[in-house]
Amino acid sequence: MAMKKSFKGLFYTPYILWLAMFVIAPVALIIYYSFFDIHHQFTFSNYRVFFESGTYLTMTANSVLYAFLITVISILISYPMALVISRLKHRDLWILLVILPTWINLLLKAYAFIGLLSRDGLVNNLFEFFGIPAQQMLFTDASFILVAAYIQIPFMILPIYNSMTDISDSYIRASSDLGATKWQTLTKIIIPMTMPGIKSGIQIVFIPSLSLFMLSRLIGGNKIITLGTAVEEHFLTTMNWGMGSTIGVVLIISMVVVMLFTNTKRKGRRS
Amino acid sequence: MKKFVITIITILVLCAGLGYGSHELTKSTGDSGSKVLNLYNWGDYIDPALLTKFQKETGYHVNVETFDSNEAMYTKIKQGGTNYDLTVPSDYMVQKMKADHMLIPLDKSKLTGMQNYGSSFMNKSFDPGNRYSIPYFWGTLGIIYNDQDVKPGSLEHWNQLWQPQYKDGIMLIDSARDIMGFSLISLGKSVNTTKTANLLAARNKLNRLSPNVKAVVADEIKMYMAEGEAPVAVDWSGEASEMMSQNSHLHYVVPTEGSNMWFDNLVIPKTAKHFKAIYAFLNFMNKPENAAQNAKYIGYSTPNNQALKLLPKSVRNDKQFYPPQKVLDRLQVYSNLSPTKVQQYNDLYLEFKMHH
Repeated sequence: MAMKKSFKGLFYTPYILWLAMFVIAPVALIIYYSFFDIHHQFTFSNYRVFFESGTYLTMTANSVLYAFLITVISILISYPMALVISRLKHRDLWILLVILPTWINLLLKAYAFIGLLSRDGLVNNLFEFFGIPAQQMLFTDASFILVAAYIQIPFMILPIYNSMTDISDSYIRASSDLGATKWQTLTKIIIPMTMPGIKSGIQIVFIPSLSLFMLSRLIGGNKIITLGTAVEEHFLTTMNWGMGSTIGVVLIISMVVVMLFTNTKRKGRRS
Repeated sequence: MKKFVITIITILVLCAGLGYGSHELTKSTGDSGSKVLNLYNWGDYIDPALLTKFQKETGYHVNVETFDSNEAMYTKIKQGGTNYDLTVPSDYMVQKMKADHMLIPLDKSKLTGMQNYGSSFMNKSFDPGNRYSIPYFWGTLGIIYNDQDVKPGSLEHWNQLWQPQYKDGIMLIDSARDIMGFSLISLGKSVNTTKTANLLAARNKLNRLSPNVKAVVADEIKMYMAEGEAPVAVDWSGEASEMMSQNSHLHYVVPTEGSNMWFDNLVIPKTAKHFKAIYAFLNFMNKPENAAQNAKYIGYSTPNNQALKLLPKSVRNDKQFYPPQKVLDRLQVYSNLSPTKVQQYNDLYLEFKMHH
């Protein structure tokens, strides 16, 4: 009996060690640092500064707004796409093509978009070919949201696609046998049954979108300042790790909030 | 699964083999023993041919390691475990390292060729009497414009950036000290001011610049300007020379009312060990022909006046990179500020970036 117990412990050890070293310790360190100012004195002032200054609150509002827009646009594009792909004959191949861009480094993709959207870029050349005057596209809100949504779409499609392929065809057939229109089948059967997929998509997309500092500089030209920009600045330029960590804590808390709102209770899905 | 593991192992073995091979190759060309010099420098900031020449003349092999920001260099040396003999901090960082007792004073009796340096580049506020540092390269902060959109000679002052004709046409380098700095200069204040009222005025003035600001970017600014994405940019002279080598329509001006002047300097950190090699190298770099060769390769402005005489006339007389004395006299060097003030500069700069 005792041997069996220690054997079980042996299995748990690596998992607990992993959790302690790479999840609990870093989060604890961030929280610890957030209570120190630039003179290494213990203080609550970082939090006071964050919640009293208009700057950080506007930045938070901006970040949430842009992350929300990016998430909504990714859903609007991903859902129909996942629906179509899940009905295709070679659907594994098509979904592979959707995942393919994630194999390319984020920075390379950003630079590729600079080439497309710049003043003498491909898109403006096309415009001119059709007689439309060249547009300023880089450094606009629209281009930032477009590029960010492009980057996030594969992460939104995958969970939705997986939950769609889980739906047995017999549900769809049953619904049409019982006289439901295609629209009713979609809204009453498919969407409710793929809700867990949508929710995990939102979780994967929304949080990273809150702190996209690389894209906000390269594509947004720092005209859009998110919390990520501030974290980068505090850690690299001003070396004010305390304030940077405070923003990190705020990001962690907002992640927990999003998780709570999109919590999917696994209802016993018997097959 | 088995196939996957085999593939991964094959790739790892191949990489290890190639790595070992290249290590052996570099080792055979390198010099072993104690005749070495460890130089901790910015990336691509010395002509490699000079290192070979130095080794031929003196027998010292130079190991170069590189960094990409003053702060990264500072942290690495401060943490210990390194044995760098020479490093190249900028002006304010020399002051900071000096204050933190991280530098060894220069032994002037072992140095030759110090008289080659121009008096405008010596005895600066960050190191009075050059007790710790020898200037390596210097430069300025200025305005770059594209002559296809801006008439040459029409943009010569910081205040002109606020003119409505440059609406959505200016790119700024993402650096709090420099952007706040030119706003302060345009108000007639010092770039090292610690008065909150001055800093707030500078921020308010920058906020009014917002409609003209197209983007605030980092290194990418070179690519954007070379491709003609914006007509005007504010950036450092070193970056400007790189852009101009890619696009002949670009020009660089240092506003006559003043600007920032920056220095990169050779210093001996506390971690140094090979003092004979250090002084051999410093004296080697002080020689006009070597400094000139380095300036030709890097394209930055050399503080070595004797070396300047050896450079081609087109470089020597280039007012963009070697401004006349009356402009030189108006340039200000950054001094190291307290952490609280650094924070204030950055906070106000962040507020400007968020202003629409």
